[in-house]
Amino acid sequence: MKYFPLIWATLWRKKTRTIFTLLSIVIAFLLFGVLETVDYAFSHPSGGATGADKLITTNKYSITLSLPFADIQQIRSLPGVAAVTWFTWFGGYYQESKNFVFAIPIDADSYFDYHKNEFIISDQQMKDYVSTRSGALANVALMKKFGWKVGDKIPLHSTIWTQKKDGSLDWTFDIVGTFDVKDPTQASAQSSTLLFHYELFDEGRSFGKGNVSWFEERIDDPAKSAEIAAKIDALFANSSDETKTQPASDFALTFLKQLGDIGFVVHAILGAVFFTLLFLTGNTMMQSVRERIPELAVLKTLGFADGKVLGLVIAESLLLCVIAALVGLGLSFAALPVIKQGLQGVDLSPWALVPGIGVAVLLALIVGLPPALRAGRLNIVDALSGKR
Amino acid sequence: MFKQLFAVLSMSLQSLPQRLGASSVIVIGIAGVVAVLVSVLAMAAGFRHTLADSGRADRVIILRGGSDAELNSNLTRTDIDTISNAPGLAKDSAGKALLSSELVTVVNVPKRDTGTDANVTLRGVGLKVAEVRPELKIVSGRMFRPAVREVIAGLGATRQFSGLSPGSVLHLRNADWTVTGVFTTNGDVHESELFADVDTVGSSLERTGYSSAIGLLTDAAAFTAFKDTLTTDPQIKVDVQRETDYYAAQSKQLTDTINAVGNTVAIIMAIGAMFGALNTMYTAVAARGLEIATLRAIGFGALPVLLSVMIEALLLSLTGGVIGAALAWVFFNGHSVSTLGGAFAQVVFQLTVTRALIVTGIVWALIIGLLGGFFPALRAARLPVAEALRAA
Repeated sequence: MKYFPLIWATLWRKKTRTIFTLLSIVIAFLLFGVLETVDYAFSHPSGGATGADKLITTNKYSITLSLPFADIQQIRSLPGVAAVTWFTWFGGYYQESKNFVFAIPIDADSYFDYHKNEFIISDQQMKDYVSTRSGALANVALMKKFGWKVGDKIPLHSTIWTQKKDGSLDWTFDIVGTFDVKDPTQASAQSSTLLFHYELFDEGRSFGKGNVSWFEERIDDPAKSAEIAAKIDALFANSSDETKTQPASDFALTFLKQLGDIGFVVHAILGAVFFTLLFLTGNTMMQSVRERIPELAVLKTLGFADGKVLGLVIAESLLLCVIAALVGLGLSFAALPVIKQGLQGVDLSPWALVPGIGVAVLLALIVGLPPALRAGRLNIVDALSGKR
Repeated sequence: MFKQLFAVLSMSLQSLPQRLGASSVIVIGIAGVVAVLVSVLAMAAGFRHTLADSGRADRVIILRGGSDAELNSNLTRTDIDTISNAPGLAKDSAGKALLSSELVTVVNVPKRDTGTDANVTLRGVGLKVAEVRPELKIVSGRMFRPAVREVIAGLGATRQFSGLSPGSVLHLRNADWTVTGVFTTNGDVHESELFADVDTVGSSLERTGYSSAIGLLTDAAAFTAFKDTLTTDPQIKVDVQRETDYYAAQSKQLTDTINAVGNTVAIIMAIGAMFGALNTMYTAVAARGLEIATLRAIGFGALPVLLSVMIEALLLSLTGGVIGAALAWVFFNGHSVSTLGGAFAQVVFQLTVTRALIVTGIVWALIIGLLGGFFPALRAARLPVAEALRAA
């Protein structure tokens, strides 16, 4: 530690060069931080909604094929299944197709039993919702986005479901209340959700009555998820609608994986970034040592051992890379909320930034070692006489 | 002045080999930026091409009104009859309208690289499909037969997903379907799909209607009359679009996203590369301090010195840009990937490094070189002559 002032001074020997090198490394680690968090998000579906105790039962051959609602009785009676609810894709939007609304026809009892303790809804609004047939509960973020108020009548356009009464694709709901999610990491995933009565939907739609897109189960013991999933699928084996039950996190992951090999793209880009950074930083370190050869020779004359001189150069390289990396990763951490807005529905974790420190140390060693070895091997007489 | 410029420039370029290490930082840094930029934008270009190629201006797609996409849409047999009688559709030799009523669903097929299920479009097509889509060609095996559970697989789909070679069996709702052949449609979006007989698909799904109707018009100009006839008919509620418009809209969101991501990443990288270029050029100017001061002392102007530094930076960045674009082309042009398209199903496409993208990459390289070269060039031009000579 006592050599710190010396290392610090040599680092700033050529100010412009150090600053530009520092900035390049900062930029590289900013990209590292941003891209790694995105990649992490796409390979780790967010916690809350996809907890280990949740399963999803879809049609075995296609998620667009529906399942008969009656299946729920058999699933519900399986030992180990704590709650079952169901989901049907409504395909809703408000006024224009770009205003997507994740409208879900729900059965209040089973839905809120399945999502126990996940939502914040006032008792009064919950009561109003249960007693209003055309009632809807909208997420607070959605209310804000479209400027809706409790008491408003909201028309939503479904791209799929025509109404039995007039063949229209437009459905009207009364906003009776709002909800928020308790787990803040779920906020973005739920930000466009609107809940309304399945009963109204099923009776109102002109086709598909009695069919649902999939079932969602909460189980007592997460350790038994594979066993229970197999039992559910066995119930419907050889029926005309065979099922595929998997942990909710796996279901989410198959969707994310379908977007493409995001991991490959991220790592290819970072590979290019760090390859170029190796040259840039390596060149800076080489130059810096080359210019200082007489100084290093003086240090050796004063009695600094070869190993110590080598250590000083490595330490300089470490200082440069780690400072810059911390700044870059810090910037990417600060940018997380911005990225979050761009990527709705995924969860960003600062944990993805941690490996960055390791990368910085590795970078420092790779670019520091060749000049450090050269400095360590310096022959005092040659170096002082200018024979490099 | 030009004479002076050439003299300074040739001196600086001749001394370039001595500064190879530092100069390569510019070249490599910029090559990295351009390679990443061009590769990512090639993804967007490839996706757009695939969807753009799917449409013909003289072909129309008819969906139920307000449905946006085939997967959501539902047309009845009566709708299909009304549509086939609308004016403007091309007719076959027997006088029947060239209209293919289609039923679209997605089936789970494992992706080759991950082994996990992906949504692949299974498209039931009408008997007229070969005439409505003349680009459809069987490349191996044979066409499916109607009324039998047989499918043909697109060439792109067979590359990205496993179990689609002729002879293999697909399972859908308690029935086995045999893959009888592989088809191409000139690399358009349908090559990511499976085709089968529409009525066989319908009975298997227990669906009585159709998703869409695809019609071939007598010519592109017949569109307006055709559309007006259907949209003013009170009996049916349909949206009529030219295929080109339909697929352009489908590709817009994804290509916009990819372009935004690619440009953002490349801008950040470019800033990093610019710092590298600044570093290199400042070092170069410092290394040639004595030489520049001497030139100035014997009467060379400031401008030729400034320009020579700029031109050196531009030449280095041009080299970097060309190398970067070449790397992107060599590694990724024609590389086949797939993603979830706008309609909930996989679209297989190839990265396409177009000429325009190469030009974009090189322009970026030159801009980085320009910014990275300017300040060092300014310093070189302003170098106090006496001081520089004394320092040496």
